[in-house]
Amino acid sequence: MSIVLDKPDTAGGERGPELSSLGLTMYRFSAWLKSPRPYLMLIGFAIVLGFWYLAVEVLQLPRFESMPGLTEVFREWFSKDPIYGLSIYTPEYYTHIGISLRRIAYAFLLATVLGVPLGLFLGWSKTFREFVFPLFEVLRPIPILAWVPLAIIMFSGSESPVIFLTFLASFFATTLNTMLGVESIDESYSRAASCLGASRWQVFKHVVIPGAMPYIFTGLQISIGVAWFSLVAGEMVSGQFGLGYLINTSYMMIEYPKIIIGMITLGIVGFATSAMVRAAGDYMMQWRVRELALVD
Amino acid sequence: MKQGTFVSKLFSRATLRGIFAIALFIVIWEAGARSEQWFGFRMPFLGLVPPPTDVAVSWAGLLGDAGYWQSWYMSFLRVFGGFLAAMLIGIPLGLFMAVNKTFYGIYFPTFEIMRPIPPLAWVPASIIFWPTQELSIAFVTFLGAFYTIVINVLGGARSINKQFLQAAQSMGASQWDIFRRIVLPATLPSIVVGSAVGMGITWEVVVAAEMISGGGGSGGASGGLGFFIWSSYVGGSYEQIVVGMISIGIAGYFSSEILRQLGGLLTPWLKTR
Amino acid sequence: MSAEMNQDTIADVTKVDVTKAAVTKGAIKIDDVVKIYDPNGAAVMAVDHCSIDIPAGEICMIVGPSGCGKTTLLNAIAGFHDITSGSIHLDGELLCGPEKPQAEPGSDRIVVFQNGALFPWKTNLENVAFGPMMAGKLGKKEIYDKARAMMADAGLSGTENNYPGEVSSGLRRRVEIVRALMNDPKVLLFDEPYRALDSLTKSVMHEALLEIYYRNKVTIFFITHDLEEAIFLGHRLIIMSSRPCKPKKIVEVDIPHPRDYSVLTSQRFREIMGEAKGVVHEEAQKAFAAGEREG
Repeated sequence: MSIVLDKPDTAGGERGPELSSLGLTMYRFSAWLKSPRPYLMLIGFAIVLGFWYLAVEVLQLPRFESMPGLTEVFREWFSKDPIYGLSIYTPEYYTHIGISLRRIAYAFLLATVLGVPLGLFLGWSKTFREFVFPLFEVLRPIPILAWVPLAIIMFSGSESPVIFLTFLASFFATTLNTMLGVESIDESYSRAASCLGASRWQVFKHVVIPGAMPYIFTGLQISIGVAWFSLVAGEMVSGQFGLGYLINTSYMMIEYPKIIIGMITLGIVGFATSAMVRAAGDYMMQWRVRELALVD
Repeated sequence: MKQGTFVSKLFSRATLRGIFAIALFIVIWEAGARSEQWFGFRMPFLGLVPPPTDVAVSWAGLLGDAGYWQSWYMSFLRVFGGFLAAMLIGIPLGLFMAVNKTFYGIYFPTFEIMRPIPPLAWVPASIIFWPTQELSIAFVTFLGAFYTIVINVLGGARSINKQFLQAAQSMGASQWDIFRRIVLPATLPSIVVGSAVGMGITWEVVVAAEMISGGGGSGGASGGLGFFIWSSYVGGSYEQIVVGMISIGIAGYFSSEILRQLGGLLTPWLKTR
Repeated sequence: MSAEMNQDTIADVTKVDVTKAAVTKGAIKIDDVVKIYDPNGAAVMAVDHCSIDIPAGEICMIVGPSGCGKTTLLNAIAGFHDITSGSIHLDGELLCGPEKPQAEPGSDRIVVFQNGALFPWKTNLENVAFGPMMAGKLGKKEIYDKARAMMADAGLSGTENNYPGEVSSGLRRRVEIVRALMNDPKVLLFDEPYRALDSLTKSVMHEALLEIYYRNKVTIFFITHDLEEAIFLGHRLIIMSSRPCKPKKIVEVDIPHPRDYSVLTSQRFREIMGEAKGVVHEEAQKAFAAGEREG
């Protein structure tokens, strides 16, 4: 190479100082505060909570009067000495949350560890797919909850059937999305890789796995959602402790405010876990985060 | 020619492989379930499950049973009712959120906060609120499909190519024309997808609600397929559990398939050549 | 985002030997190749008894209407699919032929794809280093040093740690070409790589490509339907007939290399354009009448 070439193309290379993620978050937050969105949001909350309060406790509308009221629920939830024995100060509350979380963790991790590789192979190998996928499709239309009795028969104890159900729901979602992810990869990527001398295994490692990653994480998002869905059902039907169990027993013991506490807690914990999955996805797919940041 | 391709597809390698895998699954299941009597030791998990042949016998016996078909009917009715309500409320709501920013700003955060609460967590509250069990099941069923449909409709309506709207405007379309002739058809594919997913969730919820609430109070044949499974379990007839599971699988599959076909008819422009 | 080449560089290029004769590897011989697709019983002939001889170091432009089957030919050379009959040789070695209908993809023939195939999940530098990393013959540090040097040569310094999605499409194409060159290929196969670029970016890309060619001496098999691009870049135009694909007319471009964009306004350029235009237009009309889909 005898030629001294032109100077580096800085116009294309430099894109100003790199925005730190914290700085970006702060910037977005202040932009959000300046927009009408947070205020509209508060109006929305006020309407729902106000309706709840008025309908149940002030106006005592028909049907609503038997529901637990807003103040009743929150007084119980934040009371140091709760009437029905459940508030943020009682250890029982955290036992329920902890046990539900543990079940979710087992089921979700197992489903991910088994579902992602299975999905990758299903998408990657046509032969494997032709054998396994039909069986998968035959089992999939059976609602997860229809497995409840069979799960109880197959697994002893009260813990493993619930985990099995939760796992099953997660597993189907994860596997299917991973497979779709592999199928969605543009053929030119694997062609380019084989052009550049990659072996079949190297194509799998460098193209198939990272290429399917966005779908995998979409799948994991869905997976954690259906995991909670099935867990609650499983805990309500069988099982000891856990938030679903809390809701169901509170109903039977006519401790209605606890039902609502259980529901709200489920919403919060469910949201937090799915946010964690999203954060993990962003961490593992920097390339995508940066690409999408430019689009915004 | 057409028949030829159909036959060749039927006996293609892919189909045969699929059939082989399913057959193998059934054989393993049979062997596992009968392992105690065939091999003298009980296989873990599978050894506790009724074998497929017993299930088939039990199913054949049920085919003439009016109560079994009544269960189908009840479940279908509940699925249909809840699903219809979710469509009737969810589609307009999603579209309205897409076109009206203020309403979106007010309602969407609340919607997003409620969404992570699994539909089944609503069962007890629903039973307390609604005067009859039937209505409370319907409400939970409705919730299951509702969130999915709204999210899909909203996403679909918001991703409409702006140029379609501009083109319509430049040709003198009124707001109503734009809504009816652009927004609605452009959102249709998302509505179809959302409905298909929602239908799957509806079946999940109906089955669970029937199990939890004991089948509409009166129990027995009016309980639906979910209750059919549960009462089979309580009654100890394990073969019937599997029959119930397969029945729900078939029912769910056909509901989604009908929906997909309807969706295909509604969106002919999506057909690939 | 600009990717303009310094005018000085064009002058620099004159110092090196830019004649084809300096290149000794990368001669492609396409001999009587036929490709018939048989998707659902209805046989479609994509390539019809096509013979093309490309000497080493030539920039050979394959010109034809969209969807005429040019890409089929390229895919056969690259080894992405098989041919029905005929044979293709690279430097006298059989790539595919009667006994071996599909060539092995290999790093001696590298494709630059229509929509670009830089891996979006790898940084530009990782992309450039990909080929040698796969081969595993050199150490990681050595490979990355070479990749950095090659990128700097191509005016891509400063973009090493960006992901492809973060830089302009023109820049991405250059990274992709550098990625190909890292493997010291005999042939570069271009599948309408600049199709999606606007004409201004395109002209910059053309000069950049010529420059890379002058310095690296490879054979270039370039598919396009843009006549101006074809004449500006190519030693020779092979104008293909509409489906099935078959050489219809060969146009020699006797404008001497190195070229720059002043060529476009020259008398000779216009003459060649006039010579080729009629044939291309006729084929385009045929393709249009047949209602073939783009792509």
